Amino acid sequence: MSEAIQDYDPAVDAPAHHHPIYDYDSGPPVDRGKFAIWLFLGTEVMFFTGLIGTYIVLRMGAASWPNPEDRLAVDLTALNTFILITSSWFMVMALQAIQGGDQGAMKKWLLATIFGGSVFLGVQVYEYFVLFQAGALPNVDIFWSTFYAMTGFHGFHVFVGIVWLICAYFEAVKGEYTKENYLRLELAGLYWHFVDLVWVLLFTIVYLM
Amino acid sequence: MSVPPIPSEGSAAASEGLNPRAPEGQRKGLGAEGSVYIEHDHHELSFIKKYIFSVDHKMIGLQFMFTGLVMLGLGGALAMAIRWQLAWPWTEVPVIGELLFPATGGAMSPEFYTMLFTMHGTIMIFFVIIPMLTGAFGNFLIPLMIGAPDMAFPRLNMIGYWAMVPGLFFAIASFFVEGGAAAAGWTAYPPLSTIKSAAPGSMSGQTYWLLALTFSGISSMAGAVNYATTVVKMRAPGMTLMRMPLTIWSLFIAALLQLFALPVLTAVSIEQILDRVAGTGFFTPTNLVVNQLNAEGAGEAAGGQPLLWQHLFWFYSHPAVYIMVVPAMGMASDILSVHARKPIFGYKPMAYSMMAIAGLGFIVWGHHMFASGMNPALGMTFMVSTIMIALPSAIKVFNWLGTLWGARIKLTSAMLNAIAFVALFIIGGLSGIWMAATPVDIYIHDTYIIVAHFHYVVFGGTMFAIWAGIYHWFPKMFGRIMNERLGQIHFVGSFIFANCTFYMMHQIGLAGLMRRTADPYAYEVYAHLQPLNEFISISAFCLFFWQGFFVFNFFWSIFKGQRVGRNPWKATTLEWDAPSPPGHGNFDRELKVYHGPYEYASPLVDEDYLQQTRSVN
Repeated sequence: MSEAIQDYDPAVDAPAHHHPIYDYDSGPPVDRGKFAIWLFLGTEVMFFTGLIGTYIVLRMGAASWPNPEDRLAVDLTALNTFILITSSWFMVMALQAIQGGDQGAMKKWLLATIFGGSVFLGVQVYEYFVLFQAGALPNVDIFWSTFYAMTGFHGFHVFVGIVWLICAYFEAVKGEYTKENYLRLELAGLYWHFVDLVWVLLFTIVYLM
Repeated sequence: MSVPPIPSEGSAAASEGLNPRAPEGQRKGLGAEGSVYIEHDHHELSFIKKYIFSVDHKMIGLQFMFTGLVMLGLGGALAMAIRWQLAWPWTEVPVIGELLFPATGGAMSPEFYTMLFTMHGTIMIFFVIIPMLTGAFGNFLIPLMIGAPDMAFPRLNMIGYWAMVPGLFFAIASFFVEGGAAAAGWTAYPPLSTIKSAAPGSMSGQTYWLLALTFSGISSMAGAVNYATTVVKMRAPGMTLMRMPLTIWSLFIAALLQLFALPVLTAVSIEQILDRVAGTGFFTPTNLVVNQLNAEGAGEAAGGQPLLWQHLFWFYSHPAVYIMVVPAMGMASDILSVHARKPIFGYKPMAYSMMAIAGLGFIVWGHHMFASGMNPALGMTFMVSTIMIALPSAIKVFNWLGTLWGARIKLTSAMLNAIAFVALFIIGGLSGIWMAATPVDIYIHDTYIIVAHFHYVVFGGTMFAIWAGIYHWFPKMFGRIMNERLGQIHFVGSFIFANCTFYMMHQIGLAGLMRRTADPYAYEVYAHLQPLNEFISISAFCLFFWQGFFVFNFFWSIFKGQRVGRNPWKATTLEWDAPSPPGHGNFDRELKVYHGPYEYASPLVDEDYLQQTRSVN
């Protein structure tokens, strides 16, 4: 072994001063950014599974559970859900626009998406405000505990999504997205659709069931 | 040594001058098409960019390693205090006793003991073992062993390290808040952890503890996304999945475990934080009375379920056990093969059995809760699925033994530690089967047998594998080799004292000694166990101070160790193709992989090893 470890040769073994970069991609034919975002969305699924699982277990184990209709403004939130789903459609249109090379239309649809998300978030803040005024705080009972945890964390995700889309909009204004290269916009869109999908689940089990 | 450039794959990205393999910051500005050697203008990075806010996976790996080693010292010191109390309860603690407990003449309080074992477990798991395995070795080895210039997302990698720093801050700061650090055990079972009047450590200390966990979780998530993407997308040409070293398989599998188990812990940790600071009632049952206080009367919600925390906590923390041992298995496999000069026995079964362990790891969490109250049918299900993990584990053990069988073993420090990993993992694994069996577990639950078991796996298994990994990859990290004689002295002492410490815990556990008890001898039936506990404590102190050999060897070798070349062990895998230590971008030539990772004693070449990058046509 001793002869094996004495083979240091500065000419060969000195730290590298240049290195090769070559075009090779070992994985499935999907950009690594997109691959990573799908992994990230997988973790988000597990995060909301934790929150929703808590809700289901606590509700099933409770002696009685209030009727959501008596406590929540279901009609307003139904409208709000419609707005959020519509914003997802706007996002699809924005992506379709840039796939056709139409930067102007993309920017318009992107603004519409941001607007839809902001309206949703505004309505949710209003809903919280009214509930707080009525004394419905998280520490009142387990219904409100679970309600605020789930809708609050979803709202936080919507907020992050809006910030992400605003960044994407500024990139769009700078002309970073082209017909050939719109990956970063697509990633923002994937996150946005995920946030909307989670809301459809939450609306169903928290407000309707 | 030169290999002709590989023809361009002709991807669209190449024709745009965009290189999908290049680290983020370098993608633009590549004018040339196809595969090229890039001469960087080598401006020297500032100290801050090179050593602190580094985006180089090797530096980030070393940051994780040094952080982990410092925290290992802290966690070990907490363990020494635990052992002092168990051997000589209510006597003056040496060194720190006078300082911390002037009122009692230097003897610790029961609450302090509770805090000790809580923080010992927390620090060792979340700030030593996981950062060392996935943070240090994951970061350092993944790009090097698959032939990539860096991680897929270098800046995310940097964020991963710096997300752990607030976690470290909260873990350490919690010792100094009112009531002291968390004292609800590393499992933080409610209501002890959620009701602030339950224990001194359930005041701010528990909130800090939860924040520490949340930040270390964010760090792990950022790392795991990066590792999985890097392994899938950035392997060198020819590096098929089944040519990956088992270390890479194991780190990849651990990353997937983290991705799909950790978010659940984050969710429930946040729920517990809300229970504590916002008065929610996720884990507070109706009509709970603690210290004559009714939770509902104190303006907090109730109607929650303490058992829910246990289920969701173990839904993460059982897979976490495999996050803590699977990378150790992978590293030990590589090290055994290199120093035995033999191919690993049964490469594919080794990879598949790690996948099986990880997959089964998701459906066995209930075996931590046999004594918590569980439908016997459900308990039976968890028992069967847990015992099934013995099958892939046994495949691995027999394959390690098969690798060693008839080999020309070189008993280097790395090899000794890797063999110790196998030996001690067998002991820890076998005791795991006892406690998987519900009837046995109900008897031994919460006794020292449990402590013996998981220390055999995590210390005897993982810690020895970490030492093996450090001895083995140290030349690649620092360009120098650790002193062999000191390494062997360190190994022999550590092995003897670790066994003296942890093996005896089986005995006192079978005698019924409970864990997490500050003074078990208050119960007359356990009084006769004190001499054994004194023996364990003395062994533990020797084990702790024996690490001085390692610490000295480690730092001395960084500066004064013998310089080595690229491949001091004559190993086959890709990291040994890079200079020691590798420069920015890792490799100074293009790599192409022609062989599997364990081509030792190959008939194709005269040497006894055939590097993965060597073409023999």
